[in-house]
Amino acid sequence: MKQQIEGSQAVAQAVALCRPEVMACYPISPQTHIVETLSRKVKAGEIGNCQFLNVESEIGALSVLIGASAMGARTYTATTSQGLLFMAEAVYNAAGLGLPIVMTIANRAVGSPINIWNDHSDSMAMRDAGWLQLFAEDNQEALDLHIQAFRLAEELSCPVMVCMDGYILTHAFEAVDLPVQEQVDAFLPPFEPVQVLDPQDPISIGAMVGPEAFAEVRYLAHHKHLQALEAIPRISQEFQEIFQRPSGGLLKLYSTDEAETLLLALGSVNGTIKDAVDDLRAEGWPVGAIQLCSYRPFPSHALRYAIQNAKRVIVIEKDLAVGKGGIVSSEVKLALQGLPTLVDTVIAGLGGRPISKAAIIDIVKAACLEGLEEPHFLDLNWEAINRELTRQAGQRRSGPTPENLLREMGLSGGKTV
Amino acid sequence: MVTAAELLASAAFRDGKVAQAFPSFGSERMGAPVTAFCRISTISIRSREPVGHPNVLLILDSTLLHQMDVFRGLSDQGIVLMNSTRKVEELGLKDWMFQHPEVEFYSFPASDLAERHLGRSISNVGMVSGFASITGALTKESVQSAIKEKFPGKLGEVNALVADEAFEYVSSHPVQA
Amino acid sequence: MSYQRVKFYQTGTFTVGNRLLGEEDRTVQARTDRTNSLNSGHRACQGCGEALGARYALDAVMRVTKKQMVAVNATGCLEVFSSPYPESAWQIPWLHSLFGNAPAVASGVAAALRAKGKTDIRVVAQGGDGATVDIGFGCLSGMFERNDDVLYICYDNEAYMNTGVQRSGATPARAWTNTTQAVGPEPGNPMGVGKNLPRIAMAHGIPYVATASVADLHDLEAKVTKAMSIHGARYIHIHVPCPLGWKSDPAQTIKVARLAVESGLFPLIEAEWGVVTDRTPIRKQVPVEQFLALQGRFKHLFHPRDEQALADIQAMADRNIHLYDLLPTKPAMEL
Repeated sequence: MKQQIEGSQAVAQAVALCRPEVMACYPISPQTHIVETLSRKVKAGEIGNCQFLNVESEIGALSVLIGASAMGARTYTATTSQGLLFMAEAVYNAAGLGLPIVMTIANRAVGSPINIWNDHSDSMAMRDAGWLQLFAEDNQEALDLHIQAFRLAEELSCPVMVCMDGYILTHAFEAVDLPVQEQVDAFLPPFEPVQVLDPQDPISIGAMVGPEAFAEVRYLAHHKHLQALEAIPRISQEFQEIFQRPSGGLLKLYSTDEAETLLLALGSVNGTIKDAVDDLRAEGWPVGAIQLCSYRPFPSHALRYAIQNAKRVIVIEKDLAVGKGGIVSSEVKLALQGLPTLVDTVIAGLGGRPISKAAIIDIVKAACLEGLEEPHFLDLNWEAINRELTRQAGQRRSGPTPENLLREMGLSGGKTV
Repeated sequence: MVTAAELLASAAFRDGKVAQAFPSFGSERMGAPVTAFCRISTISIRSREPVGHPNVLLILDSTLLHQMDVFRGLSDQGIVLMNSTRKVEELGLKDWMFQHPEVEFYSFPASDLAERHLGRSISNVGMVSGFASITGALTKESVQSAIKEKFPGKLGEVNALVADEAFEYVSSHPVQA
Repeated sequence: MSYQRVKFYQTGTFTVGNRLLGEEDRTVQARTDRTNSLNSGHRACQGCGEALGARYALDAVMRVTKKQMVAVNATGCLEVFSSPYPESAWQIPWLHSLFGNAPAVASGVAAALRAKGKTDIRVVAQGGDGATVDIGFGCLSGMFERNDDVLYICYDNEAYMNTGVQRSGATPARAWTNTTQAVGPEPGNPMGVGKNLPRIAMAHGIPYVATASVADLHDLEAKVTKAMSIHGARYIHIHVPCPLGWKSDPAQTIKVARLAVESGLFPLIEAEWGVVTDRTPIRKQVPVEQFLALQGRFKHLFHPRDEQALADIQAMADRNIHLYDLLPTKPAMEL
């Protein structure tokens, strides 16, 4: 049923329909509306016998789910940014233990400096922990991916992060088609754990593994992700059959027929990219776009196939590998090795800076006509940066960088140093 | 404020249109100046950037007029609806209006209206109704329906009265600047 | 107290359990049907107090719950010596997650059981002093605050032993560890630091808190048994000497533990809802020196003699005796 609701509400409704049994949540912007709604639903008895624990920290949250999942319960939580890093140890632990936990990441920048707005640095920080990472383009896909996530997680015995842009999607108020319980039940059977704590059949879970077996255990975790490359499209297809709309999958193509230049990105910016592609096409530029939906596992083969004969891929990513440059672009380059395709790195949207259609159009033209430096920082205030660098060169103690920059930009008063 | 944008989107949805509303994300504390955006369309809305070139500007807090560049990016043929008891010429915008002769300005005491009915000067319902009436982009029925869904029970009914009066006011005070 | 204290000074615990008590008053360990939750073959050191305490505690839980229990273990000696892959000494459902999260993981197991309507299965969480007092403190406090139905057992050997004897928040005053070495003007752990977890647990107002020692295994079992008759957050803090880290004779583990109790340094108490309800009086007070002298981790207090330090430690013991009335003033026959 179509409803005009906030993204967070859509996700909460979808999760509730998946019949979770234990949820443990710690509040952090911009995820708060999700956990508040789920808390209310549990308290009002709308989710069966589901238990909702208000915990003392994010590591507490994920740890509660580790215990509950090991005991055979379907589990869910949500976090972002600082919270995701605070539970980092548990993130690796859950993946290593093969527990099918589903977690929403309401993507937000990681400090310092503290910043509550959207970028992908949080998910990127945990990209190698062993969780599946799926990125939603809009709120419809965000709610759909949660339903698919429980299926994937429980089939593979592997936890799944559903990533949706903080504020941009969580706090966007738009129309979504909410499924009904029967549809979700048809798609998502009850949780059948592969291993479970059971007094009738005691096992020890979490033993120490030494050099003689550790590598094999890690390879098997990697192998699960290789299996996910097959499972993700299959489950997306099944989803489409029951819910009557395409959603998820490894990646999606937009206007890629005979495209010479392809834009590639994760998450909500793909919406703006599509508008930019349409405008560019109208001007005669052969441009298309690839939306990467699955980031882990990284769909190298699907990507190679999607590139076809394109001459260049411009990766627009909301993250930065400090000291190196692009994260997504590096992985794209690796996937495309051996092909003559050029890959550009455009670092954009850090800390919630908006990415405009106009800027995307400009960057495509610049890339095609002149080429871009590697990496290219979109919309960076080079004047402010150069002034700050000059100041730092001249004076050893020049105060905190963020404060100086804000003063430069006229966003903050106070004496200049 | 965010509620105003949501009401617009909600009403548009009820009119069978596609709508997207979201806040610009200033500081997370309540009470700070906030901008919210709304896009209304007949085809799918894919853009996620803030609205840089609005067709319509609703200013719920006229004290902000001289604190920030509220008009930046406004279309030359745009419409401005200001929540104020003062007439437009009393708002100190003469120069700006002279430079933008095709922009339509409306001043409308939405807070006052709300104060009389609700005892609180929250202008969102009045402003949304004013917008609907001036532009004709939303039907009165949809605005009422959106209001009743957002504000349940008695509160919804009182707000619906506010909306009613706002529609009336605007149609009987057609002039602006 | 829920058991009968029998004073046999010449014989050990097992003698009492086997022959001289009625069926109901024998320890769980004295029975042939004991579950051996922590089975033999684990890799603990000779004389390990923790292995002893854990076996007693968990078998008591198994008896009370009729084997319907799940254990969550923090990282530490107990976890490491009991689960060297591919072997496990545990005969119970057992989960090890991380160092600092055992209380939260146990809360999760309990929540799953509630969700599934299987609340007859009970949950025990266990960890060393490091996991409990330091790194897991936040999670423990959260579990207490929510009053989750978990019994948390802390095996306190007063330092991070598994990693090679480093100081924890439970390391006693003036004790040597590898991060509070016996050098400088104040050798060993500084005076006046350290957390009293039993009192912190009591401050959370949870249904049951108790301290126990491997010196009195009947008492330990009885307290665990009592705890399992209660629902909600419960905490038992067990004193377990570590011959390796305390530099004591492995054959004297129980003697060392008994001297800690008899000196007043480790009081045996019970508390409910934040108020002390019972304590084990000291039979005959022993000067702290007798306890300290058996451990190499305190040898710098004796060579040369540090009178001030010894006096300070004695004062700590005396404070406990006063606080908990461990030497009751009434003569024995009037009780």
